[in-house]
Amino acid sequence: MSDDRRIWTVSELTARLKEILEAQFPAFWVEGEISNFRLSNAGHAYFTLKDETAQLRAVLFKSKMRRVRFEPQDGLHVLAFGGLDLYAQRGEYQLVVELLEPKGLGALQLAFEQLKARLAAEGLFDAERKRPLPRFPRKLGIVTSPTGAAIRDILQIISRRFADLHIVIAPVRVQGEEAPREIVGGIQDLNRLGDLDVIIVARGGGSLEDLWAFNDETVARAIAGSKVPVISAVGHETDVTIADFVADLRAPTPSGAAELVVEEKQAVAEWLGDLYARLRRSLSQRILRQRERVEFLARRRVLTDPARPLRDLQRRLDELTARLAAGLAVGHREARHRALLATNSLLSHTPLARISSGAALLDQLDGRLHAGIGRRMERARDSLRTRVGQLDSLSPLAVLRRGYSLTRLPGGAIVRSARQVGPGSDVEVLLHEGTLGCRVTEARERDDRPQV
Amino acid sequence: MTDLKFEDALSRLEAIVQTLESGNLPLEESLKAFEEGVRLARSCAKYLEEAERRIEILTKDEAGLLKTQPFSGEGGAEAGK
Repeated sequence: MSDDRRIWTVSELTARLKEILEAQFPAFWVEGEISNFRLSNAGHAYFTLKDETAQLRAVLFKSKMRRVRFEPQDGLHVLAFGGLDLYAQRGEYQLVVELLEPKGLGALQLAFEQLKARLAAEGLFDAERKRPLPRFPRKLGIVTSPTGAAIRDILQIISRRFADLHIVIAPVRVQGEEAPREIVGGIQDLNRLGDLDVIIVARGGGSLEDLWAFNDETVARAIAGSKVPVISAVGHETDVTIADFVADLRAPTPSGAAELVVEEKQAVAEWLGDLYARLRRSLSQRILRQRERVEFLARRRVLTDPARPLRDLQRRLDELTARLAAGLAVGHREARHRALLATNSLLSHTPLARISSGAALLDQLDGRLHAGIGRRMERARDSLRTRVGQLDSLSPLAVLRRGYSLTRLPGGAIVRSARQVGPGSDVEVLLHEGTLGCRVTEARERDDRPQV
Repeated sequence: MTDLKFEDALSRLEAIVQTLESGNLPLEESLKAFEEGVRLARSCAKYLEEAERRIEILTKDEAGLLKTQPFSGEGGAEAGK
């Protein structure tokens, strides 16, 4: 009887089991929670999949790791695809994982896509439905958790921008079962206030599941139904939710939403400040230019001392008249003197004794006397003319008439040498007609003119 | 003032500034334009500053009626950070 017993060796049995296992379970999906997750030095991942009552060893080879788009860790519920393998040396079987994905994600993703397609078909995402944000909002509603990072970020931005805003927060839970209902209620409550300019629906960053309330259909419809324009600000820039599609504007983050609300107002306030500054500057420049003109004109000598050119002319006229008169007087006196001398001399030589010698002689003498006096008077007149002519040529007036000019310092001193002035000196040039107020640009002491 | 009137006022102010900057206006008209510009700038600034800075949180009483009360979470959130 005992001979009939079929005795297996461990190896045979193990080989048989291996055959059966690998044939029966070449490829399948299994669901479980990851535990004892560890990475070997070679880069392979070893872990256990478990549920309430059983465990399954699993290995994820490094070569398959690339296709896993999340970080497997203990406690995660996953779906694993692979086949069973039996490791004979240790008498252990394990799942050789080909694909690994978080459990539920596929289903969520599917739900997301289905809702997105349905709402898009209804036209809820249409660009024409999007309302523009008010440029200068006064009252802002925020639907978010009163204790979360989102509200802190939003308030921080608004206070940093010094924007005056009346903010009303509708406190809601932003994750979990109750979140969608509360978010819908918050949007509706804020709408009921009736005087809001814009509503931000916000939540800080989190996992896809954390943000799931914002992929809820009722939330999407509440946003679409809001009379007040809605900005969605959920998670980080890369997180996209249904709320983002249906909102009037999508902000990448809660901070971004706050910036969208206040940036236009701030930009306009800055522009206004700029216009005001330009307004003031343009007029003050205008006034400055006019004042400079007035001051320039006021500095002109004609205005500082309007009588001066007249006085100069008067003085010169007086001087010339006096000299002319003096010259005339001298000439006249001389002529008379000479005539007198001549007469005296003639009289003293009158040959009274010889008068008797004949009237003819007397007549002759008389004629000579007259002729002599006439000549002398003529000479005297010539001399006077010459002197008047000389006087005229000496007069600065005559010199000026010939095109010469006189250069004077402001004090009145005549400039005879370049040494008397320097660049920038003010000089006055007297012309035959009129004067010039000049500023010296260059004073050369050496004279390059050919010497005469 | 409404947003629309505000923008009209802003455009008018900009036109005035440009005219003044071009310097083509006689001095007397410049002064008139300047005065109008200052008036516009002041009313625009006032319009922008009209909103009051206030943070409130929405609550409901037993009857479900909406009320608002000052929000104090700001300080708490910052202290917690």
